[in-house]
Amino acid sequence: MDLIADRLSVDLGSRRVLYDVDATIRRGRVTVILGPNGAGKSTLLKALAGLVTPAAGSVTLEGAPLAALAPRQRARRIGYLPQEAAVHWNVPARDVVALGRVPHRAPFAGPSPADRAAIDAALATTHATDLADRPIADLSGGERARVLLARVLAGEPDWLLADEPLASLDPAHQIDILDRLCGSAVAGRGVVLVLHDLAQAARIADDVILLRDGDIVAAGPASCTLTAARIAEVFEVTVASLPGTRVMVPIGRIVR
Amino acid sequence: MSRTLRLLCLAALVVAGFALSLVAGKQWLPWGSDPATAIFIELRLPRALLGLLLGAMLGVSGAVLQGFLRNPLADPAVIGVSSSAAFGAVAAILYAGASSLGIFAAAMSAAVLSMLLLVALTWRNADPVAFILAGTVLSSLAGALTAFLISIAPNPYAVAGVLDWLMGALTDRGLADLARAAPFLIVGTILLAAAGPALDALTLGEGAARSLGIRLGRVQALVVLGTGLGVGAGVAATGVIGFVGLVVPHLLRPVFGHRPSALLLPSGLGGAALVLVADSLCRLAPGAGEVRLGVAMALIGAPFFLGLLLRHRGRAWI
Repeated sequence: MDLIADRLSVDLGSRRVLYDVDATIRRGRVTVILGPNGAGKSTLLKALAGLVTPAAGSVTLEGAPLAALAPRQRARRIGYLPQEAAVHWNVPARDVVALGRVPHRAPFAGPSPADRAAIDAALATTHATDLADRPIADLSGGERARVLLARVLAGEPDWLLADEPLASLDPAHQIDILDRLCGSAVAGRGVVLVLHDLAQAARIADDVILLRDGDIVAAGPASCTLTAARIAEVFEVTVASLPGTRVMVPIGRIVR
Repeated sequence: MSRTLRLLCLAALVVAGFALSLVAGKQWLPWGSDPATAIFIELRLPRALLGLLLGAMLGVSGAVLQGFLRNPLADPAVIGVSSSAAFGAVAAILYAGASSLGIFAAAMSAAVLSMLLLVALTWRNADPVAFILAGTVLSSLAGALTAFLISIAPNPYAVAGVLDWLMGALTDRGLADLARAAPFLIVGTILLAAAGPALDALTLGEGAARSLGIRLGRVQALVVLGTGLGVGAGVAATGVIGFVGLVVPHLLRPVFGHRPSALLLPSGLGGAALVLVADSLCRLAPGAGEVRLGVAMALIGAPFFLGLLLRHRGRAWI
């Protein structure tokens, strides 16, 4: 029941961005991929979603090689929320959420009752039911993020992979979105997030994959991987911990 | 008003345009008038049918290209297929003294060849900007080659015939033209429409579309092949008729919404209605001859589009 990267190497153009990465990601847990800019976080997430072809190694989804799955089959099981939040046409929010059902629908067929139910449930989960009929261009950044998350949830995937879901959101909306994602993990999904925000990552992560320059520095339960010493080593910052919580906040730059 | 009702209104417009196209002309033909039957069957009917299929194909191709490239300014002219087909026709006229079948074959071949070249230039690259750049290069190249051929033409009188293909028209198109072009126009339109559902997913960008199980290579193949066959056959039969593919989806977006696949059928109907009505009006122009449809579309289309731009200024307009 795991999503496993096995000696995974990925090239972008002629540049190698991931080197022999091993990772095991479990369902029912929130796994956060952390690392400085350019560490290969997004690339690892895309490889786990089956969207980039590995130069070497492989990704295995619950025992079967991911590359052997037909795109539609893969799309039903893995939901991917890209960093890019663009919606290129000004359609109603409900139409955006309905796109999550694309892997479940025959081309040109209208939505089935199951599709409608999944769309309504996803809108309700993200508290976006009231937004359903509004044009997407009229929504604020926070509302749009909720609608885009509902889009992924509407596909009812077993695995939910999100790249920077908190980008450009205020704290209330950050916590909102993360709580929905954590709720998905509680419901038995595998949740994998790329995050920049150390504090939020420390708050919610069950497991952490710490990347630097395309290599894994540490991977495992957050309590073991997210130590002040490791953060200092990887991010070159000093952190302070909030007493009584797992939250740590960067407070100083380490200049080597 | 429900979507079905709006579609029925558009369909009624197409039927009215078709009827107008049958009866309108320098010689008005009342229904069932006896001596006119020959003109009716030999000239007006094929011309109206060709206008119908051509307009529908142009409307659908505009809607599909705008959806595929996520760009409201895309149309067949932007990706170079129209000017390439025109180049094929011009080359056949000037250097092979070709029959209408020869001209048709040359224009079709040039259109399909240019689309193969476009695929080669954008292979494994889903970026719409690369697609538009490659298309613009092809378009300029075909335009330059056409101008070059005209300037070194061995027979200056043949140059007059060339103009027919650079500014197209339905004038004097008969059953033979219809029979040649119709299969390509229909197949091209079907291929383009088959890309529809994938266009909706592309609304979220390439990464999200692929994660939804969309095979972008397959979509690109449908779009390019459909455009090549459809627009190629259109130009081969009538010459270049611009603006339909650009303007029709814009006109219909406020009525049918912005979702790309929901816009395909309305754009097909709208394109057909526009071409049929415009072609009828072309015939009614004062003077001995007809206004060329390509000229008329540009004359109507350019100011109309300018007005649209001004109206949308200050608003998000896609």
